[in-house]
Amino acid sequence: MAIEVDGQSYETDEEGYLEDLNQWRPELGSAMAMADGAPLDENHWEVINFLREYYEEYQIAPAVRVLTKAIGKKLGKDKGTSKYLYELFPYGPAKQACKYAGLPKPTGCV
Amino acid sequence: MEDGDQIIKKFMYMNRKAPYGTIYAWESLEVVLIAAAFDQDISLVFADDGVYQLMDGQNTEEVGMKNFSKTYSALGDYDIKKIYIEQESLEERGLSLGDLQDLKYEDEDDDWAEKDSIILISRAELAKVIDEQDVVFSF
Amino acid sequence: MSMLHTVNKSPFERNTLESCIGLAVPGSAILLMEDGVIGAMANTKHSEMVKAAMANVKIYVLGPDLKARGLSEGNVVDGISVVGYGDFVDLTAEHAAVQSWL
Repeated sequence: MAIEVDGQSYETDEEGYLEDLNQWRPELGSAMAMADGAPLDENHWEVINFLREYYEEYQIAPAVRVLTKAIGKKLGKDKGTSKYLYELFPYGPAKQACKYAGLPKPTGCV
Repeated sequence: MEDGDQIIKKFMYMNRKAPYGTIYAWESLEVVLIAAAFDQDISLVFADDGVYQLMDGQNTEEVGMKNFSKTYSALGDYDIKKIYIEQESLEERGLSLGDLQDLKYEDEDDDWAEKDSIILISRAELAKVIDEQDVVFSF
Repeated sequence: MSMLHTVNKSPFERNTLESCIGLAVPGSAILLMEDGVIGAMANTKHSEMVKAAMANVKIYVLGPDLKARGLSEGNVVDGISVVGYGDFVDLTAEHAAVQSWL
């Protein structure tokens, strides 16, 4: 599979995750979200950027439980709840947000 | 040990191989991260060549592999707080704790104070800890 | 021309390095790579065996594999040469044959 952005083609796996995370650009995240029928706002980007920073530091995408706790600490208690994160990413915050962030599917995604 | 009506078992992950040469170290880490979701009493052991997994300053750029040594620092986020390092294994390799990464967790019951996850343990003491486990996974 | 022996397993994990040292004729070369680089480190249980072997054979260790494992070049047994991938190619070409110990 592949996704087209600005006339360029990017390889993805069968679930739509980017094959080469070095190719990622914000425009790719936006395009993936548009294809899923839900454009991204600044609240989505807060989480996506957080995931990218987490991956950079630890070389993994965090499990939902870990993500929720860490977001609460970084962005405020009201945002560190699974309700808030699932409202933003109804297909599962870790899975869906990681896809838009160009990261592999989180380790521990059961 | 029981917590409410949920039974908590003692799970130990025994890491005895150097990283990168074989897939064991990374596989173990992935299994641990997955298993952490089940709220069990988890401990990790690094013994024999397994102590090399935690060497500080790993740089995999030239070998073109993922440097997963950074991932061990995330174990605290996954509530993994007991990381045993066998002292004799370090000594046989001319190593000391100072050659390894510092691993910490934040203690929820102590106002999120940062505490050391690493426990230096002798072979004799480790034998006892292993004997107390419900399940030991070997990597 | 002599033979180049390569060892890619840790001496703590298998006896590959010991066998190789025992069976390499004087004048041969041994290249330690992958987990085999652990055999190049000073102050380990196996360092004396490696030092003694250097009376007869030349020992090399692959630098990128040391770096990956966070092992410092400064802690390699004296007399072992740290080499890169390019040198590995040269060593292969310079020797009559390559024997990979598994």
